[in-house]
Amino acid sequence: MLLEGILITIVGAATPIVLAAIGELVVERSGVLNLGVEGMMIMGAVVGFGVSLTTGNPYLGVVAGAFAGVGMALLFGFFTIYLASNQVATGLALTLLGLGLAGLIGESFVGTPGIKLEPITIPLLSTIPFIGPALFDRDILVYASFVIVAGVSYGLFKTRAGLILRATGENAEAAHALGRDVRRIRMAAVAFGGLCAGLGGAYLSLVLTAQWTEGMSAGRGWIALAIVVFATWLPWRALAGAYLFGGVIILQLHAQAFGIRIPPQAMTMLPYLATIIALVILSRNHALMRRNTPAALGRAFVPDR
Amino acid sequence: MPLELVKRDAPSQTMVVAAPFMALGLTILTAGITFAFMGLNPIEGLYEYFVAPLTELWSIHELLLKAGPLILIALGLSVCYRANIWNIGAEGQFTMGAIFGAIPPILFPDWTSWITLPMMLIMGMVGGALYASIPAFLKVKFRANEILTSLMLVYIALLILDYLVRGPWRDPGGFNFPESRNFSDEQSLATFEGSRLHWGIVLSFLAVPIMWFVMSRTLAGHAFKVIGEAPRAARFAGFSAKTLTYGALMFSGALAGLAGIMEVAGPIGELRPTISPGYGFTAIIVAFLGRLNPWGILFAGLLLSLSFLGGEAAQITLGLSDKMARVIQGLLLFFVLGCDTLIRYRVRLARPAQAKADTASTPEPVTREATDAA
Repeated sequence: MLLEGILITIVGAATPIVLAAIGELVVERSGVLNLGVEGMMIMGAVVGFGVSLTTGNPYLGVVAGAFAGVGMALLFGFFTIYLASNQVATGLALTLLGLGLAGLIGESFVGTPGIKLEPITIPLLSTIPFIGPALFDRDILVYASFVIVAGVSYGLFKTRAGLILRATGENAEAAHALGRDVRRIRMAAVAFGGLCAGLGGAYLSLVLTAQWTEGMSAGRGWIALAIVVFATWLPWRALAGAYLFGGVIILQLHAQAFGIRIPPQAMTMLPYLATIIALVILSRNHALMRRNTPAALGRAFVPDR
Repeated sequence: MPLELVKRDAPSQTMVVAAPFMALGLTILTAGITFAFMGLNPIEGLYEYFVAPLTELWSIHELLLKAGPLILIALGLSVCYRANIWNIGAEGQFTMGAIFGAIPPILFPDWTSWITLPMMLIMGMVGGALYASIPAFLKVKFRANEILTSLMLVYIALLILDYLVRGPWRDPGGFNFPESRNFSDEQSLATFEGSRLHWGIVLSFLAVPIMWFVMSRTLAGHAFKVIGEAPRAARFAGFSAKTLTYGALMFSGALAGLAGIMEVAGPIGELRPTISPGYGFTAIIVAFLGRLNPWGILFAGLLLSLSFLGGEAAQITLGLSDKMARVIQGLLLFFVLGCDTLIRYRVRLARPAQAKADTASTPEPVTREATDAA
């Protein structure tokens, strides 16, 4: 029973990070570095919460959260892709704007109980011992995270569109010379990243806590960015990485249950420390990093004609 | 999108000066429209934000008080950004500076000599610099991305501060409030007659001409510029990337740490769980709006400080959320970055015929090997 409980909490803690990370993975594969994941995520959280509260339908909240993420992403895309602004700085701007805007929008929601997204039990599969309840007795966003990871993995490596997307991220000039509209491809990737980050944010305020608190994303957007590096830009590894993280996050809950006496702040620190350690371990392996890092990552592309 | 960027032969000198003002104009316009949407008189709202705080002496003092840390942190960050090192963890270095600098007054409360305060300021700089040396070390040794590591360290620093003021450093006579003991006069920065302004602010503003001199008149300043603009040339000139990474990060960490201890030994006078309204992040905007130039940073620091004050004023007089200030700050950074494009490019609308011509041919599939070889 304990193991089952642990698995359930791991999946819960990991799902928002999985969603945000898989979106950012596609964005970075197209050669764009969007550091605004945190800002898109928190906007997804507040808009998702607000819409589900006012309409009484959490599914509309999910859709609205996704749209909020896309809206923020398009703003970022317009500046970095069409105005060729600095991607790192613009991403930071998106995070700062998102955190401010979400705080402003959410001010009236503070302390209001929200509507929780109910689980949908999948017959048979949910009765598998241990993993059944953790994976197949969940809400729609958990299932969506599986579908999106599988879809991205297939799409990136098995379809022509995925090949073009990756070519854009490796060498935008070459993709342009072959007649591809680099800016439009990148814009689509950035919008997809926003959609996923918005869904991840909606998960925070509709499932994980079902309330709005300011700054509730608590650095998860940044952790998702680190997961993309940790996964060396491979979708299934991003999923595995996020679950590993979920394990670290819930360690704090269970360590307390076992009566281990550590200051609570040290426990809250764990995911941030783990992110640094994970980055160090992966970045040490230069050959692996060089093989998988999109070569044009972070470089603006301006077509000469 | 029918938008076309045409590269200029040389960066436009007019735009170098005009772009920040255009960005400011666009921000004010957007803020005005937002006020209108919220059912407020836009003129009244903008007046409260950008003019009202300048009409009274006490609020001009507050303006300088908030601009001090912003300017000091942004000066340090500008060195990093010039060298293409993305330190976004200034908030953490600010916090660590406050913690280190607070060691003398909290652990040795009875040590009150003339040297206590200078010691605290130096400890603050050491704390900030040491904390910033962590991402430098991880970048140099393991090539770990400094953006992510420096940001993660912000959360960690805030939690360490929280632990200290609720745990071992809590004031024993403080009725269980999460605060350290109050600093005595010898452990605090002296204030000017009848205001909250303290000597640390003078120090912050003095840093502007000093930085200008260092960046434009010394070899070290030149090295930071070259490594950012032409890394290869910098290598040939014998500037070590390793040394510059440590140098830039630790220098900006030291300034952020100094700002941290001056905030604690100045207006706050003790350690608390929250000692900054986000100076470390707002300073990023200050650095960019100031175009990474010390004089520009002076102007930008005052402007961003004004937006903080305007936010507080508008909350009182118009009942507007103080969160609005953060939105305006975020918008400002967006517009600054967008307008910077005009320095290097002309923006014009493309004719639709040309846009179509590109998509005619059907290309061969691009293989992984082909792109790797290219």
